[in-house]
Amino acid sequence: MEYLLIIISAIFVNNILLAQFLGICPFLGVSNKLSTATGMSGAVCFVITLATVVTYLLNTYVLVPLGLTFLQTISFILVIAALVQMVEIVLKKVSPGLYQALGIFLPLITTNCAVLGVALTVVTKEFAFGGSAHMLNLAESTVYALATSIGYGLAMILFAGLREQLAGNDVPKPFKGLPIALITVSVMAMAFLGFSGMV
Amino acid sequence: MSKWSLITNGLVKNNPTFVLVLGMCPTLATTTSAMNGLEMGLATMFVLILSNIFISLIAPAVPDKVRIPVYIVVIATFVTLLQLLMQAFVPDVYNTLGLFIPLIVVNCIVLGRAEAFANKNGVADSALDGIGIGIGFTLSLTVIGIVREILGSGSIFGWKFIPGDGILAFVMAPGAFLVLGYLMVLFNKYLAKK
Amino acid sequence: MAAKSSLKNMLLCLSLVCLCCSALLAGTYALTLEPIKAAAQAKTNAAIAEVLPPFEGNPSLSEVQFSGASYSYYRAEGAGYAIISNTTGFGGTLSIMVGITEDGTVHNTKVLSHSETPGLGAKCETDTRFIQQFSGLDPAATRLVVSKDGGDIDAITASTITSRAYTLAVANAVEAYKVITGGKDNE
Repeated sequence: MEYLLIIISAIFVNNILLAQFLGICPFLGVSNKLSTATGMSGAVCFVITLATVVTYLLNTYVLVPLGLTFLQTISFILVIAALVQMVEIVLKKVSPGLYQALGIFLPLITTNCAVLGVALTVVTKEFAFGGSAHMLNLAESTVYALATSIGYGLAMILFAGLREQLAGNDVPKPFKGLPIALITVSVMAMAFLGFSGMV
Repeated sequence: MSKWSLITNGLVKNNPTFVLVLGMCPTLATTTSAMNGLEMGLATMFVLILSNIFISLIAPAVPDKVRIPVYIVVIATFVTLLQLLMQAFVPDVYNTLGLFIPLIVVNCIVLGRAEAFANKNGVADSALDGIGIGIGFTLSLTVIGIVREILGSGSIFGWKFIPGDGILAFVMAPGAFLVLGYLMVLFNKYLAKK
Repeated sequence: MAAKSSLKNMLLCLSLVCLCCSALLAGTYALTLEPIKAAAQAKTNAAIAEVLPPFEGNPSLSEVQFSGASYSYYRAEGAGYAIISNTTGFGGTLSIMVGITEDGTVHNTKVLSHSETPGLGAKCETDTRFIQQFSGLDPAATRLVVSKDGGDIDAITASTITSRAYTLAVANAVEAYKVITGGKDNE
């Protein structure tokens, strides 16, 4: 039950893009085409989940016992950067097909604040899913990270669909490009606001 | 390029928010009021100036292949420095801005300026560039904050001049996208006229 | 421009930068450790002073368990207890401090942190008409439930869920108070 609440909350209620504003740059950057948006979502999904697990372990077994939690930001970003590199290398060797699909997005992900954002949220914020507030444990963190990144993918793919339609329309000149895209996102965010209070 | 144009460059021509469209996450998330926008802008400026100065100093000695990791370490260090100082001396501001202070690390503006400007230019020029871009970012955030605060809560910098609740949507997520979108339209119009 | 890359100078450069940065951070950390602690302490003290009548000396922190949840509270000699109570509001965790005096009256309440909707639920921090209801409240004579659910507390307009969570947090704190003072109280 608790996992279900985490999943619904992370995908719809607190959607990482539309409610928490994390990872907006790549969201605006690659949502021009449905296919690139799907590829990016897949890569983000993979990296967020992996990075959250690794940084969670790093935090719990290294930083906290040593009293070095003030180094969270700096160590997490290094771990994420290294992880992204490693994923790229491993993917190239093991699954060229997947590398073809996700590869070009991987270098962009290091500076996607959604990854660092989720990793930091998980270890610093207390959650109250259907009970008293507590820090998430490893399993809950993993589910939270996975669900959050699914939410990211959902918003991204929906938006890319809208943007493909927009491209063919006659938009007033000053609105061309990003402004009209932002206004569209605004309407989408309004729709997602309807989910708030559900969990 | 004169010293003065280094600073003004960041205000209009290379405005990080409306022209370069970088650092969108804090721009949207922290501008619920004018004050919050201003504080976020200043925090980013702090990191931007310091990292620009430091990177321009060490850039000649850094091997090309480890450039990016070194820059990230430098930036992350200054961000952590800022985190610690803010927790110690302005804890309320730190709590309001929350997650977005550590996330300055991945703000594309900071790494972008390090890569595009600081590693090719001298210390003084890099510092000025940091100040210029920093002011540009701070101003944009403050303007967005002002618009959202007036529409959303009928006040400006906390001073209430319209009684009642305001249009709540502007304080919430949709308002952020909407205000940024329309301000961008105005900015484009202005640039087109010039 | 950048120097040529060789394994040796790459390693040297990276380790040197890391070393300098960690030294700088360790120094700052040591310097700011005390101010950070002091700032957190000052914030807690201010909250306690707000929810309890004036008292002397330093309040002491303890914890109490009941019905599966644990509550931290501060005991201020001669004034009462400041109990921290968390519930789930509309947008997430709502954390409030409830000051209960020696005679079991709720003296005052204060929001410590919340993630309610700005302009709606977030009013639980500023809406004096709502908050005032909990000042000097006698839990024995009041049904600590919002009026919509048949209680005595008037909810914030359009924010029933937040008001419910707030009221529940106060009610839980009152229960916690009973557990804390269980031995001394005749209830």
